[in-house]
Amino acid sequence: MFKTSMKRRVFAAAIAATSIVGFTTVGMADGHKVVDSIHFLIPGGAGGGWDGTARGTGEALTKSGLVGSASYENMSGGGGGKAIGYLIENADSNHGTLMVNSTPIVIRSLTGVFPHNFRDLTLVSGTIGDYAALVVPANSSIKSMGDLVSAYKANPSGVAIGGGSVPGGMDHLVAAMVMQAAGADPTEVKYIAYDAGGKAMAALLSGEIKALSTGFSEAVAMAKAGEANIIGVTSDKRVGALPEAKTMQEQGIDTYFVNWRGFFAAPGLPKAKLAAYQKAIDKMYGTDEWEAVRSRNGWENIHNPGAKFMSFLEQQEKEISGLMKKLGFL
Amino acid sequence: MLEGFLIGLETALSIKNLLMVIGGCIIGTFIGMLPGLGPMSIIAIMIPVAISIGDPSAAIILLAGVYYGAVFGGSTSSILINAPGVASTVATSFDGYPMTRQGKAGKALTIAAIASFAGGTIGAILLVLFAPALASVALLFHSSEYFALMVVGLSAIAAFAGTGQITKAVLMTIAGLVLATIGEGAQFNMPRFTMGIMDLQSGIGFITLAMAMFAIPETLFLILDPNRSGKSNEKQSEITNLRITKDEAKKITPVITRQSLQGFLIGVMPGAGATIASFLGYAVERNLATPEEREQFGKGSVKGLAAPESANNAACTGSFVPLLTLGIPGSGTTAILLGALIALNVSPGPRLMQDQPEIFWSVILSMYFGNLVLLILNLPLIPYIAKVLTVPRTFLIPFILFFTLMGAYIGQNNATELLFLVGLGVTATILRFAAFPLAPLLIGFILGPMLEDNFSRATQLYDGIGFVWERPMTAVLLIMAISLIVLPAWRSRRAAVSLTK
Repeated sequence: MFKTSMKRRVFAAAIAATSIVGFTTVGMADGHKVVDSIHFLIPGGAGGGWDGTARGTGEALTKSGLVGSASYENMSGGGGGKAIGYLIENADSNHGTLMVNSTPIVIRSLTGVFPHNFRDLTLVSGTIGDYAALVVPANSSIKSMGDLVSAYKANPSGVAIGGGSVPGGMDHLVAAMVMQAAGADPTEVKYIAYDAGGKAMAALLSGEIKALSTGFSEAVAMAKAGEANIIGVTSDKRVGALPEAKTMQEQGIDTYFVNWRGFFAAPGLPKAKLAAYQKAIDKMYGTDEWEAVRSRNGWENIHNPGAKFMSFLEQQEKEISGLMKKLGFL
Repeated sequence: MLEGFLIGLETALSIKNLLMVIGGCIIGTFIGMLPGLGPMSIIAIMIPVAISIGDPSAAIILLAGVYYGAVFGGSTSSILINAPGVASTVATSFDGYPMTRQGKAGKALTIAAIASFAGGTIGAILLVLFAPALASVALLFHSSEYFALMVVGLSAIAAFAGTGQITKAVLMTIAGLVLATIGEGAQFNMPRFTMGIMDLQSGIGFITLAMAMFAIPETLFLILDPNRSGKSNEKQSEITNLRITKDEAKKITPVITRQSLQGFLIGVMPGAGATIASFLGYAVERNLATPEEREQFGKGSVKGLAAPESANNAACTGSFVPLLTLGIPGSGTTAILLGALIALNVSPGPRLMQDQPEIFWSVILSMYFGNLVLLILNLPLIPYIAKVLTVPRTFLIPFILFFTLMGAYIGQNNATELLFLVGLGVTATILRFAAFPLAPLLIGFILGPMLEDNFSRATQLYDGIGFVWERPMTAVLLIMAISLIVLPAWRSRRAAVSLTK
């Protein structure tokens, strides 16, 4: 679902079309309310991955009674940069606001597309994530990561790997990361960029590309339909949604990557408020309402509150910037 | 298969699901009439409602109804006020709006309704008969073919290259292609030509540009030239007149049939879609028309209106083939529909037809009913919708400007868009004074990104432009594009030569 979370041209025209400012849902149970209200700031249009994350989280929080009411605001522009700038510039009047974001804040801050980075914001919690996966068509002669790596080593330009993000974007970086960990040259990866996940999928099935680098949840849908095989997942252990998909690590490729999604608040947020938000999110994981939202969307719980979130992001930033320098994107 | 079909028929015909189709169509048509709210955003708004219904068949039938309704409603603003709110109805305004100017708004809306109905219905029938077989057709095209297809689409500009206008039309197309490079693309990890302005980072919005090129100059011309709309008040009876003459019916029948088939096939390709289908339909029909009829294109030709309307509706239906049989969304709209399906525990793909035949067939059959509902719903309403034009100019102009500005604002939810809109709108008005055709600019802008992305993918995959001769289908499409561009120019030159003789 990350595919839609990044501002892509295909979506720019039409998807970013609506805002339902002030669409308020009022919680039913009032017994264990932690926060009165949250205003969710969504840096992209309605229907994208960020939108779904904010609205899903808001739904679980209000229905379970942890938060009194939630409102949502879609602020497109600058591929998400506009909302970040807004939150920083109007920090004092936005103590009630939580902004959703994901891995691109790390990548795009490095390239300078965003003038700010995550350190300029208050880190609330990383809440969910999606691992990355490499996928081949079901009828491909490539059956495992071993097959793919040896084909790549023999003739890198014969193994075109596609993805739904720009060159130097997440899907490209994952493919390069995997090849590097497998002892091959990451700079030789012939990465073909598509403007949407669906088109990359069509290219894979039509034989235009040999393998596809994509989000695990998207890959699961294709594997379950019998169209494609997942040959490697970037998780540390097999994922419940499709236990037969092997991890990279068990095939001797030491890669761990997660496309996280989480929430940020304005800089200078009072400590008590921050603690209340974190408590509400922490309690949310135990509720049935959250479980319903999570399973409906195929998300993985990857909870990183506060300081843990910071160290996680710093680690990811370090890895990505090293790789991007090697690939010549920085 | 027959059993599944019958289960689907029963599901689609249940009272609940019929109500879903009707409700979806009504909501879609009315919201779709507002420029700025395209099918994608309307569906995004309706998804929570659909999911709360719980029953996957009913939910997806509701969303599909909203989809056709929105596509259908979108053509209304193109025809009445020259404000195409979605890219796929840009070609509709080429001849639809001139018809309105001639006082034939009712007729234009009727032709659009019938062409849409036919496109959607023929598409639905093809879907019922061939959906499983068409799955492989959807995978036939690689990036190099898509690139060639976009070149064919660009040939639609030939229609605006009237005598002595070729240079101007080409210049405007290039301007459109250049404007399309602003912002972030799929092939570069840095935004281009934004001059440090954050509001340009996502590029210029399609709706902003469409309003600036079409609706704004038109409104300003209405103010500058009082006679322009003064006529409409006298011809009230004709504006609301729906009647199509026998001669016109005879003209549009083959156009609608051809374009429904062609549009459907283009819609099946996940990388093409309704916009390309409408431009190609327009270009192809213009080339097939007799020289006298060709003169009429762009000036209120019934053929020029019927072609894109049947093509874009058939293409929308066609885009359900890759969605339902392969689980591949070909457009932003079908991507959102796919998200909704997955949330409802339906996984589209080759197994859907076997595992959940009632869903597969009821969705397809409800498309057929959806189109029927749309026609029944809309024909009686047309006189009332067309009456909008009989509103006195002093009220009509602010009304159009209001919707234009609103469309640009809600398109991006960003007030800076209004500044772009006004700036581009004034530029467009000046260009119109200098007799530059504005449609080629918009065509270039819409096709530009797809042209560029597919070209750069193809060159990467083939390490150069070898794909042009290595892939026969690409070569065929490119030759077709060249002949579509060169033939009319050659014919008009020959006509000019024989005239001077």
